[in-house]
Amino acid sequence: MISIKNVSKWYGAFQVLKDCSTEIQKGEVVVVCGPSGSGKSTLIKCVNALEPFQQGDIVVNGISVADAKTNLPRLRARVGMVFQHFELFPHMTITENLTIAQTKVLGRSKEEATQKGLKLLDRVGLKAHADKYPGQLSGGQQQRVAIARALSMDPICMLFDEPTSALDPEMINEVLDVMVELAHEGMTMMVVTHEMGFARKVAHRVIFMDQGRIVEDAKKEEFFGTPRSERAQLFLSKILHH
Amino acid sequence: MYEYDWSSIPGALPYLWEGMKVSLEITFVAIVAGIVWGTLLAMMRLSNLGPLSWFAAGYVNLFRSVPLVMVLLWFFLIVPQFLRAVLGLDPTTDTRLASAMVGFALFEAAYYSEIIRAGIQSVPKGQVAAAYALGMTYGQAMRLVILPQAFRNMVPLLLTQAIILFQDTSLVYVSALADFFGAAYKVGERDGRLVELLLFAGAVYFVICYSASYVVKRLHQGNGS
Repeated sequence: MISIKNVSKWYGAFQVLKDCSTEIQKGEVVVVCGPSGSGKSTLIKCVNALEPFQQGDIVVNGISVADAKTNLPRLRARVGMVFQHFELFPHMTITENLTIAQTKVLGRSKEEATQKGLKLLDRVGLKAHADKYPGQLSGGQQQRVAIARALSMDPICMLFDEPTSALDPEMINEVLDVMVELAHEGMTMMVVTHEMGFARKVAHRVIFMDQGRIVEDAKKEEFFGTPRSERAQLFLSKILHH
Repeated sequence: MYEYDWSSIPGALPYLWEGMKVSLEITFVAIVAGIVWGTLLAMMRLSNLGPLSWFAAGYVNLFRSVPLVMVLLWFFLIVPQFLRAVLGLDPTTDTRLASAMVGFALFEAAYYSEIIRAGIQSVPKGQVAAAYALGMTYGQAMRLVILPQAFRNMVPLLLTQAIILFQDTSLVYVSALADFFGAAYKVGERDGRLVELLLFAGAVYFVICYSASYVVKRLHQGNGS
């Protein structure tokens, strides 16, 4: 489904990604973790070409992201993405947020888009808020709307870029619950997160990154059982002891 | 001691109103055309394409570094000849109003583009990323997501610029075009009551601009809360 092949990226002289390679199969849930500045957010943004990279290639559902001939908007329309800071459109109501891309990008009718949007809104438990503006919702609620917005495009896979790290602690679970449910339904997911509880519960694999490199890429049981690299052991001991 | 005599004003009001209509027309056209052209300039300036960005930067810097009255004079001299050559107009056709509108629109676009550029940059980068991630093209992201938010942030500045523009329309007197100020001047000269007419014109500009500023201030406070 997603195949990352020898991807390297530089900001000027500074190399943020060093020869990263991995595969994500259909229906697989892969958690990407690592210390801040390790390049994990950059890597996930490369998958839908929000960040360009200079070397290597990423192939999503058979389509090369690096190929200049690829129609990026069309590719992105099929790849759902959820951001750290939600990024709902503040000048639109929740319903408009859920329908704008469906109508303008996919060409669905307004009725069809609204119906679909409201169904997804109901699924994330926020049907009552359809006519509100994003600013009137809590962070956790906004993030759930953002997930519904991504799902409204019928994505073939979902990318999550630290979806809970901007949230107050009491709101983290409501968002994780939605993500767990999604994972159980068989959605292909690549999730950058520090939520190891989520990783233990639903991830198939865990990728650990450090200084732009994929240091560890292992089955969940192996990763939490006996991480091979010292860096990963240190990282786990730091975030699991709290 | 100067004896004030305001008696020539009531009779001149219809003529002054004609002048006011010219002022408002120029202001309106310059605002609309200036914002449209200014938005395009701002998008060029922010684009990654070197030549477009340089052209926009050069344009803005040129117009912001030249006095408005000089720009207007150029246009009074160039535009009529241009229109005559292109449209085959009669040399006696009055093109002063069209020249003034073109001159103001091009000049104001330089100022509007800077306001709009700042407005676009005030929208968080994540919004663009979110629009792209949903499959929007650059044009859709701009039109549906970025510009509506940018304009909302910019409304007070755009209106303030419009008020300045309205005052600046009085500079068309260099072409003897009868805008409100020009009309007042002509009446004053005709009746030998220049002081009264100019005081009256000043009072009218003051009332209009001050009221408009007040409205802008209220709008701004409404937004901020």
